[in-house]
Order: sequence, then C-alpha cells, then structure tokens
Amino acid sequence: MIKFDQVGKLYPGGYEALRNVSFEIAKGELAFVTGHSGAGKSTLLKLIAAIERPTAGTVLIGNQNVAKLRPAAIPHMRRKFGLVFQDHKLLYDRNVYDNVVLPLHINGILGNEAAKRVRAALDKVGLLGKEKAMPITLSGGEQQRLAIARAVVSRPSILIADEPTGNLDETYAAEIMNLFYAFHQVGVTVIIASHDASTIAASGAKVLRLDHGAMTS
Amino acid sequence: MKHWISLHREALRLVLDRMWSTKLATLMMLSVIGLTLSLPAGLYLVLDNAGRLAGGIESDPQISLFLNIDASNETVKALDKQLRSHKMVKDYRFVGRDAAWAELKQKAGLDDLAGGLEKNPLPDAFIVHARSNEPETIEQLRQEIAQWDGIDHVQLDTAWVKRLYSLLQVGRQAVLVLAGMLGFALLAVVGNTIRLQILTQREEIEVSQLIGATNAFIRRPFLYAGSLHGLGGGIAAWLLLAAATTLFNFSIEDVARLYASDFRLTMLDGGTILILLGGSTLLGWLGSYLAVSRYLSSIH
Repeated sequence: MIKFDQVGKLYPGGYEALRNVSFEIAKGELAFVTGHSGAGKSTLLKLIAAIERPTAGTVLIGNQNVAKLRPAAIPHMRRKFGLVFQDHKLLYDRNVYDNVVLPLHINGILGNEAAKRVRAALDKVGLLGKEKAMPITLSGGEQQRLAIARAVVSRPSILIADEPTGNLDETYAAEIMNLFYAFHQVGVTVIIASHDASTIAASGAKVLRLDHGAMTS
Repeated sequence: MKHWISLHREALRLVLDRMWSTKLATLMMLSVIGLTLSLPAGLYLVLDNAGRLAGGIESDPQISLFLNIDASNETVKALDKQLRSHKMVKDYRFVGRDAAWAELKQKAGLDDLAGGLEKNPLPDAFIVHARSNEPETIEQLRQEIAQWDGIDHVQLDTAWVKRLYSLLQVGRQAVLVLAGMLGFALLAVVGNTIRLQILTQREEIEVSQLIGATNAFIRRPFLYAGSLHGLGGGIAAWLLLAAATTLFNFSIEDVARLYASDFRLTMLDGGTILILLGGSTLLGWLGSYLAVSRYLSSIH
C-alpha cells in the first residue's frame, strides 16, 4: 500500500531531512514512526500524505508515484488520507461542526449526508453534543479528539497522526491511543509518529525508527 | 451536475454569511465601489441628456434640393416618387417656384425690386429631412440626390451638426477614458478587499489544501465575494444616480417651465443598467481572481 524506496528529502538551503529511507506498510497495518525530535518523523509523514515531494528515490502510494503526480492530481491523492497534525490546525473561528464538516465539503458531500457523517465522527471520539462549541472552549484532549474526528469523517483508508499525544497527560494520551487502535481494528491503515517509547512498547506494532534522517530499524 | 450546483450553492451561502456578519464593512465597501462607478455612469447620463436636449431644440438637419429652372411637372413628380420611396428620407415637402416667388416678394418687401424682374428667377425646390443625424449619412444622402435627374443644386447645412457631434464625441470618449480608469480602480479596490479576506482566512486555506482541497475549491468563495462586491457596487451606483436624477429634476422642472419646455432628465435605460451591473460584476470577479491566483501561486 505504501512503499518507500531509497527516499531522500533535501530541503532548499541544504538541510537533508531524510536519506536513503526504504520501508513498506501493508494495507490495514499499524505503524509507528519514532526517533528524537528533528529525526525526520514529520517529513516522513508529509511525504506519505503528498504534502512534500521526495528529492530522491520513489514514494509509492497504492502503486502511484507521488513524485510524478501532476499538480492537479495532488489534492485528490491527499483525500485518501486522514491527517491529524502536530499542532491540530483547527479553525478557531468556526464551531466544532463546521471544523469537522470541512473535509466533506472538499469532497463535495453536503446537506443531510454530511450532517449524518459529522455526527457519526463526533460520536466516535466522544464529542457528540458539542457541535456548536467553539474549539477554543475545549480542553487539550478534546481539541485533539476534534482533530481526529475531522481526520476520519471522510472515512479515509489511511490515518496519519503526527505526535497525537505530545501535549497530553497520561490518561488523555491513553484515551487518544485507544481511539487509534479502534480505527486500526476496523481495517484502517494507521501511521503514528511518536517520540513516546511507552506507547509503542505496549502495542507490538511495526516500528520505523529514524535517527538524523536515516532508518535504524 | 447536481453535485456541482450544490458546491456552488454552499460557497455562495458561506460568502453571504460572511458578508452578513460584517455588515458595516461590506456596506462601506459597496459605497466606495458605488461612488467610483457612479462617476463615469453619471457623466454618461449627462451626455445622454445633453444630446436629447440638443435634439429637442433644433430639428433635424435639413437638405434643400433646387431643381433646374426649367424642370417640368414630370420631373417634379419623378423626384417626388424617388423621395417617397427613399429609406433614408424621414419627411420632405415641395416648395413650388411660384409660391416661393410670391412668399419672397411679400416677406422681404421686395415688391419693387421683384417688379423689376421680368421672370421668376426661383427654381422649384424640395426641403428634405433625413432619418439620421449623423453627418456622414447626411453627406452621403446629399451626394446621392445630387446625381438625380433634374436636380441643379443640393444644399446642406451641416456645420452645426458636425460641431454638436464632435462635441458629443469628445464627451463619449471622456466617458470611455473615465470608465477605463475607474474600472481599473474598481479592480484594485476589489482585489485589495479580497486580498485582506484571504489574509484573515489563511489558516483555513492552508488546512483545506492539506486535506485535499483543489485550487478551484479555494478560489470559489472568493470569486463569489468579488462578484457580489462588484454587483452590489453597481447597484449602489445605480441608486446614487437615480437619487441624483430625481433631486435635479425638481429644480430642472422649474427652469424648464420658464422656457415652456417639458424637458426632464431621464434615468439610465434598461440596457445601460444591464451593462453597468454586468460590467461591475465582471470587474469584481476579475479583481478577486487575480488576488486569489496571486496568493495561490505565492504559496506553492
């Protein structure tokens, strides 16, 4: 499903974020990307989600070479993914409902169908009944769950999360991780970047370890 | 198709919501655009009315056809028929040489002088009014008539027509130049408004792109906002002009009554209003298209 072959990413200015990275993630697999901060975890996720393009090697997503996509095809590629960003990237001038409905509008799903899916997504993350609330009034854990609801509302086959438990205390972090495990249980491919060794040790999932832009395992 | 329409309806709803939530700012922006547009439209209105006023005071330019002095009745009848069937002739009348002679003698008190003449020196004549006021058309008609049998001389007073038309022509060019310049100003005003909107919605655009929004999706609400600003500004200009016309008509009515005229300023006609609104909408759309495209190309 996702295949990296000797992938390198050199940012303008000469900073080499990744070099010679090769791995494969199968459909429905749960994978962790780990390493110290600055090891290239975020860059790796951005390459998977077609937000960045590799400067060396090939990135194949479902047999499509990301580097060779036409610019007009990239938005359609990105819709295959549900993204949970490190900094949430919630829209603070819109309420919970409008935040979650955005990916559906981008996919052209409107009206009752959209409302139904938004409620289903909010129900899954335990935020049902907070549709009208503004994100700023939510706690850190709730904001993270809102970000997850937005990532899963269009039912992507791949869920990508960048440090989803980074700023949360242990109880909240466990709740969030259980959410991701639940999505993995129903067949979604889940890829999580985390520097938190404890969450990974418990799971027994595939682990991609990065050190200064290179894979160590 | 249905999907496409609902996407557009959603974008339009979003824009109207936003405009409603910033009523005051929107209203001010529409007034600025309206004032900008009302300048060329107002000048056009003034010229249009000046043209009508001039047309009302002076009748159409007149062409005088003088026949050969020995023209027969048959020639007169033939010419009469030719004039009647000519499509550029609005109306005409015949002035017989005897009648003209009698009138001249009586009018000018030339009885004595005329008495000294043995014969009537005047030819038969036709006075012709053309359908068009344009100097070129009238000149063309004059040249054509001059070729006809039995015509000695065709006289045309076009000097004042030419003068009036060249003045109006200058005015029309001024309208075009002004409309061009202020159209550019409108483009800049709308473009800048949209640019500011883009800046306040930068996060939304960024997130939308990250989760797979196409450029068309991002552009759509801004294009609607630009078009609506243009259309609203056009309507504001129209209302401004209507108000100004109504106001002026109160005093014009008084002046006109003193001159025993029923002249009144007329409002822009339907076609012109359509051009005004269509043009302003188009400029608004274009202004926002340029602003969004510039932004989108700057972030890639």
